[in-house]
Amino acid sequence: MTSSRLWRALPWNGLGVLPFVLFAVLFLLLPTAHIVAGAFMDAAGGFTLKNICNLFKPEIINAFWLSIRLSLTSAVIGCGIGFAIALAVVFGGLPRALRGVVMTFSGVTSNFAGVPLAFAYVATLGRVGFVTVLLRDWFGVNLYALGFNMISFWGLTAAYVFFQIPLMVLIITPAIDGLRREWREAAEVLGASNAQYWRLVALPVLAPSLLGTLALLFANAFGAVATAIALTGSLLSIAPILLFNQIRGDVLGDPHLGYALAFAMIVITGVSNGVYVVMRARAERWLK
Amino acid sequence: MKRFWAWAAIVVAAVYFFLPLLGMLEFSLKMRRGEYSLDAYASVMGDPQFQASFGYSVIMAGLTIVFGVLIVVPTVFWVRLKLPRLRPVMEFVTLLPLVIPPIVIVFGYVRLFNTSSWLPLTGSALGTDFLLLCGYAVLSLPYMYRAVDTGLAAIDLRTLTEAAQSLGAGWFTVLARVILPNVLVAVLSGAFLTFAIVIGEYVFAALLDRPAFGPYLVWAGGNKAYEPAALAVMTFALTWGCMALIQGVTRFSKHTRMSR
Repeated sequence: MTSSRLWRALPWNGLGVLPFVLFAVLFLLLPTAHIVAGAFMDAAGGFTLKNICNLFKPEIINAFWLSIRLSLTSAVIGCGIGFAIALAVVFGGLPRALRGVVMTFSGVTSNFAGVPLAFAYVATLGRVGFVTVLLRDWFGVNLYALGFNMISFWGLTAAYVFFQIPLMVLIITPAIDGLRREWREAAEVLGASNAQYWRLVALPVLAPSLLGTLALLFANAFGAVATAIALTGSLLSIAPILLFNQIRGDVLGDPHLGYALAFAMIVITGVSNGVYVVMRARAERWLK
Repeated sequence: MKRFWAWAAIVVAAVYFFLPLLGMLEFSLKMRRGEYSLDAYASVMGDPQFQASFGYSVIMAGLTIVFGVLIVVPTVFWVRLKLPRLRPVMEFVTLLPLVIPPIVIVFGYVRLFNTSSWLPLTGSALGTDFLLLCGYAVLSLPYMYRAVDTGLAAIDLRTLTEAAQSLGAGWFTVLARVILPNVLVAVLSGAFLTFAIVIGEYVFAALLDRPAFGPYLVWAGGNKAYEPAALAVMTFALTWGCMALIQGVTRFSKHTRMSR
């Protein structure tokens, strides 16, 4: 009797999700946990904070700092331009068909990242690239004589912006759609000017969406490796490239420092994704 | 005035986006001196390494889609039907691949499944292929899960299941012949997105040392002049194709739903 009750009390329904749980644990949670645990272990397997402290070497700090600046700059630029495009599409009085074109195009270009993007970029702004040659032959402007270099902060930023803008457009357009016509009318009835409506009504409502998307774009750029490697041949020392080289050949000469490096990356992308989730929850309060 | 600024924003954006695309197209046609030709494309197509790596990635993408569908569809079905309390957990877990950088996940693979570990998957080519497959399934999990979840939300799961069961269908029949056809459009859009992600993926393939298309792209970028641009054009066309197919199947489903 008791055994059959126990039998029935067992979570048999849970069996249905067993394959998924096994898959997620083996190939997502366990590998990540292994890295996090390794960041707090010494070579003998004991607990230590030494690896985390070792992160504060100038070469690693500089790599992270460059990564953060790169991600933040490309995220801010992507946010600004993407927001402008989304505003133009929703409120600009443009032909309706254009909206579909912009959204589809954004869907394609936000997925067109990685190595091919780097090639497109080289073909455009490289030494014999399309725009470089165009500027030289038609306008007599030599980009490279002006100090432009693709393997630099601004060179890489310009390439990252290419996939940041479409992502911004895809995420922020529904939020702008959520601005109700009644709010504008109510503001106008109360005597608000257009600028006042935007400053006091629309932007505060959109602020969580904007901030959240900024955080998401930041994380998106921070984890990107392929574009940077294809463009710079792992020359530019940003955090993901440092980790890539560490995995390939232990360039730091300390396997556990590699774990700590990866752990620090998880913390940064985790925090910015957390900001995104919190902000989205806040945005939904208004937009529903 | 407003319309002027709107057009200005769109035009500036269009220039910014079309210049690199135009640039890579123009560059890819310049292989023959003094005139435009398709030589770079011919050279790419004739490269046995291209054929091998591209074929490898296409097969991997196909297997990832099958594997992803087999893992995701029954799970989402079961959670919606029997364990709705688990939905927030599923949401969280399937979001993780977007939070944890892919390079960290593959780092975990390299260390966890190395030859001296309890599950030495990287010890053989076949084992590493399987590991890569699982990695790709993890990468596409957020998209696949959301696509299937939205698809299943749109149908009356319980009634369909009970109707099928009272007609004598087992769980397999319910899933394969009732649920799957109903969420086929959602599964297909997830599948095309997976294809677009897997085909040019670099970090997983490079660090697991498999001969996929992504590492070939990087190799070509360092060793050839005009071919990389041709490869970029082809990849871009492929991405367009996948997105067009997603739009196509979605539109098709709206059409059939209306006529019902």
